Amino acid sequence: MLIITIIPLLLMATFNYHQYQSRLKEEIVAPMKVLVNKTKHSFELFLAGRLSTVNFIASAYTYKELADEANLQRIFQVLRAEFEGFVDLGLIDSSGRQISYVGPYELQGKNYAEQPWFQQVKVRGVYISDVFKGFRKFPHLVIAVQHFSRSGDRWWIVRATIDTGKFDELIAAMGLGAGEDAFLINHEGILQTSSKFCGSVLDRCGLSIPPRSYEPNVMEDFYLTGRNTVVAYAYFTRTNLILMVVKPRAEVLKAWYTLKSEIAIVFAIGVIIIAAVVFRLTGTLVNRLKESDQKRELVLREMQHSHKLSSIGRLAAGVAHEINNPLAVINEKVGLVRDLLEYRPDRPDMKEVLLRHLSVIVRAIDRCSAITHRLLGFARRMDVTIEQMDVNEVIEDVLSFIEKDAAYRNVTLEKHLAKDLNRITSDRGQLQQVFLNIVNNALAAVEDGGWIAIATTNGRSDSIEVTVQDNGCGMSQETLRHIFEPFFTTKKGEGTGLGLSITHGIVKRLGGDIQVKSAVGEGTLFTVQLPKTPPEMGEENAS
Amino acid sequence: MNYPKVLLVDDEKDFVCTLAERMELRDIKVDVAFNGKEALEKIKEHEHQVVVLDLLMPGMPGLEVLRRIEKDHPNTEVIILTGHGEQECKEEAIRLGASYCLLKPINIEELIDKMMTVLSLSESKKP
Repeated sequence: MLIITIIPLLLMATFNYHQYQSRLKEEIVAPMKVLVNKTKHSFELFLAGRLSTVNFIASAYTYKELADEANLQRIFQVLRAEFEGFVDLGLIDSSGRQISYVGPYELQGKNYAEQPWFQQVKVRGVYISDVFKGFRKFPHLVIAVQHFSRSGDRWWIVRATIDTGKFDELIAAMGLGAGEDAFLINHEGILQTSSKFCGSVLDRCGLSIPPRSYEPNVMEDFYLTGRNTVVAYAYFTRTNLILMVVKPRAEVLKAWYTLKSEIAIVFAIGVIIIAAVVFRLTGTLVNRLKESDQKRELVLREMQHSHKLSSIGRLAAGVAHEINNPLAVINEKVGLVRDLLEYRPDRPDMKEVLLRHLSVIVRAIDRCSAITHRLLGFARRMDVTIEQMDVNEVIEDVLSFIEKDAAYRNVTLEKHLAKDLNRITSDRGQLQQVFLNIVNNALAAVEDGGWIAIATTNGRSDSIEVTVQDNGCGMSQETLRHIFEPFFTTKKGEGTGLGLSITHGIVKRLGGDIQVKSAVGEGTLFTVQLPKTPPEMGEENAS
Repeated sequence: MNYPKVLLVDDEKDFVCTLAERMELRDIKVDVAFNGKEALEKIKEHEHQVVVLDLLMPGMPGLEVLRRIEKDHPNTEVIILTGHGEQECKEEAIRLGASYCLLKPINIEELIDKMMTVLSLSESKKP
């Protein structure tokens, strides 16, 4: 019962657990994605802005204008005034030679023809480098743009270096907490900005490279400096950069852990309450069942007792006759003695005559007391008293009640009682009732002048068998089917319909069995089997 | 021939013989029978005027004896004297023609009184 009650609660808790888990994770993860997306856009906007500026310079000025270093110096000054972050500006011709240069380094005349980025600009027209540290140990990156002459037969490259200090500003603007971190890496895992936990610019980042995704994505169970973290990241579209945001898992899922422990507490309290209620309820139910069992047992005994009394009551007329006869004898004998003393006081053999009559009186008194004792033996209460007994004696007791009745109706009572019948352990009072019921039924079934045969035999494993056969009216198959049901009677208005039901109940309780065979007009055969010892009588003895 | 006019019928020999002896002490001669069959034979032979009859007897029941007496010997009056107390049985006996229905044990004077009443009734019926 406890398991049945807890299963729905467990299912509900598991369902809620998973539901909350997925919903809450979504709630926690979504803001991280939004933050990554927003910051990535800021970065891309910054880079796109710088690229457009370089592009504009390449398009707005001719090769000649740009090759003129004084001119370039003027352009660079305007550029630095309007757009922060520009470190230098230079013009490179198609052979890779630095034609003009404005900036902190001495790069004029340097040839870039063999450099990979130069080849890349030739192929793609645009190049944005990874972050690197120049001579002044400032992290910066390079933007280079290819530009063709109007005729299209000549081309040159405008190259600018940008200070990545702006990157740190953008990351700072994300407003991360103390335990959180954000940084850029390139596709090789080299840090492009400094990181709280992973190192400085151009160090190798401790995290593995996440799978390629241009949309913000979240990955769990990233271990960083021994802490389990959640990482949100996004690849940049036009550059080699990846933006990474790292949050400790414990912090991210704090709300979830709180909720989880709350669910566990609610579940535990629920289980305790249910268990208490279930135990209380089952206890009450079991007690009620016990009580009703005891009541049923009591009612059954009362019923058996009253049925037995009513069986005796039905015999009362016969019993009255039995007692009245010896009483009448006593009455007459006493009367005769008085008469003799009055009418024949001088009779010589008076003493012998009186003694003879007195002995008849004593005999009659014995008859009376035998009858009353027999009645009392039958009518005693139905308390279960288990004792060793000879069932033949029980049969004789029962038959003594109906022998006179049978004699008056010329019903032959045949007794075939086994002399070596096994003694069995059983309840004498209840067995008396069993056989009284069966024999009474037989007597009711036979016509005057009929016969009833009672036989006892030894059965298997020390059990015994008692058969009661009559040549009475018999019963139909339909009657036989209901014969042991309570309140079933064929004696309309006379019987209670309880006799055979009680008989059946007693025999079963004593561990025996009862069968009946019958045919209409031919008679009936009852067979009662009784074991050597009744099953488990301890409980009943105790009650 | 002065044959007893009263017949006592009962299967309880001690009872019926003692009763007969007491009647004789009172100079009333009675005849006895110990069952229904014997009673009917004696009545057939001696045409008793009064029969004191028990109801429950082995063999022929008292009511059957009564029925036959009423049928074959209408002048014979029957007094039922029984230890059987069932009311239905008494009513049936009265219905069949018994003059009285008395319960054992009985005071002999009362029985003799009833017998005499019935005897005078029987005498008056004689043609």
